[in-house]
Amino acid sequence: MNDRIIFEDVSKFYGEVLGVNRISLSIPPGITTLVGPNGSGKTTIMNLMTGLVQPSNGRISVLGLKPSDQMELFSILGYCTQFDFFPRGLTGWQFVLDGLMLHGMEEAMAVDLAQQAIERVQLGDAAYRKIAGYSKGMRQKIRLAQAIAHHPRVLVLDEPLNGLDPMARAESIALFEELSRQGMHVLISSHILDEVDRISDRVILITGGYLIAEGNIHQVRQEVHEKPMQVLIRCDRPEVLASKMFAINHCVEARLHADGKGVFLRTADIDRFYSMLNGIAADGLVKIDAVAPADDDANAIYEYLIGKDGSPS
Amino acid sequence: MTEMQLGDHARKIAKQPWGLWWTQAQRLTRIELRRNLFSWKATWIYCLAFIPTAIIFIHLLVDSHPGFQMTEDTNILAGIIQLYYIRLGVFFGCLGIFSRLIRGEMIERSLHFYLLSPVRREVLLLAKFAAGSISAVFLFGSAVAADFALMYVGFGAAGRDYIFDGPGMGQLQAYLLIIVLACFGYGAVFLLLSMMFRNPTPAAMLVLGWETINPVLPSLLQKISVASYLRHLMPVTVGAEGIFALLTVETEAVSGWAATTGLLGLIVIVLIYSCYRIRKLEIRYSTE
Repeated sequence: MNDRIIFEDVSKFYGEVLGVNRISLSIPPGITTLVGPNGSGKTTIMNLMTGLVQPSNGRISVLGLKPSDQMELFSILGYCTQFDFFPRGLTGWQFVLDGLMLHGMEEAMAVDLAQQAIERVQLGDAAYRKIAGYSKGMRQKIRLAQAIAHHPRVLVLDEPLNGLDPMARAESIALFEELSRQGMHVLISSHILDEVDRISDRVILITGGYLIAEGNIHQVRQEVHEKPMQVLIRCDRPEVLASKMFAINHCVEARLHADGKGVFLRTADIDRFYSMLNGIAADGLVKIDAVAPADDDANAIYEYLIGKDGSPS
Repeated sequence: MTEMQLGDHARKIAKQPWGLWWTQAQRLTRIELRRNLFSWKATWIYCLAFIPTAIIFIHLLVDSHPGFQMTEDTNILAGIIQLYYIRLGVFFGCLGIFSRLIRGEMIERSLHFYLLSPVRREVLLLAKFAAGSISAVFLFGSAVAADFALMYVGFGAAGRDYIFDGPGMGQLQAYLLIIVLACFGYGAVFLLLSMMFRNPTPAAMLVLGWETINPVLPSLLQKISVASYLRHLMPVTVGAEGIFALLTVETEAVSGWAATTGLLGLIVIVLIYSCYRIRKLEIRYSTE
């Protein structure tokens, strides 16, 4: 069994409406974030992976399994959908336990796993209450508990941070990181880019059903040539550094940091920029404390490639 | 197909995880029964099943039961089974129960939880069918058994003799068999219709129309009908006049075994097609 999630030239049309078009992906283990505006095709990609919808064209395999291999696939995959609906009348405990019982395992084992999953999402106290009385955050947590309860190797999370308070978000993100460290595939779609950005090993940018970019977030940023990269340099004489960089013509914009101890510089050629910066530091004109890219996060890339309103800028 | 190919095919079938499927089907059926058998939403179905029971109970309390009236009451009971339960009660009850199983879950947007579990979709469908059948048979079977008991209890010793020493018990068994087959037959049809149409009610009305005119259709077309098979299993012939005559038209004689086998065959065909449909089913709640 290979360890990748593979999409080969996959298209999905809902009648005449395009879901996704000619998507090809090869996703290794780790955390992968699907980024795109509403209606861009993120959920369609997740639903295609899990067989909830079937591709109009192309082939999909998840760790070597087809989405139609339902028994084998859902033994290794958990999907926390964004549908905020549940079977009627269930408590959180029944919801998780029923899901596990359908795996065919012994009841004692199912009870044990359900207990672990509910504790892991910190919903222990509320587990025996009816889901109908849960807050949105609790419903999100119980869905997550059901998705992880059988210890899947692939976890698909559609907007998993929606409805969670900041504390619960931090806990969920820590959980995703932990699962990823254990060698799992964690595929997340989220609008809360700042938070998922910190933990993502790679991003998939999608808009209008088309794949825009894919890969390690820093690599993707470097490939956006038409948008000069912004770098924050912490130093003792930021104004001197800015004038020097302008003088050697590798800087297109400079802005002092609010605390006066750093400068944001924008450059169209990051490699030559760094070599010039090394030269300036070696000359001793400016004492440089730290250098860090300031716009190679998912938010910035999203904005550059897709635009704030979902149309490419 | 050669003998070797047949052997390969048989070995492949034997290798399937039948034990796991059976466990999953049992658990799914239990979950469905827990959720659907006793539900406030199904109150109208309980009423549908027990309306004749209430009327027969009033008849028991209010009317006298001289022995000579037993034949008339036997005919009335046969009429209730054929004209009410088969044509209306079981028909609409099964429409309510079975169309909820898949379509109802799509409307409530909860079907994906089943489709995201490691259960073959065919197993899911058959387990839901089993749960719906158990609910319907339990409900309508108890109603018919109660109708039967209440119809004869008023006759005292004569009634007991009729049931235990006469043809009564055989008639009850035949009525229960008819109810079981009716629940299976209409259940399979409505389960399929609920996957084919967003609102299965108009299609169900067409089925009702088809069942009504079926007795006057050529014999080949009569075989595509649940009621036509059940008619041949009736232990008491219902004579009717006027508009009811259409519902009780005598068709060519068919033995009980042929009728039962024919109906079971029809159910199997409908379920096989339903399995094919559920395999292709997509979750697109936005279009519900």
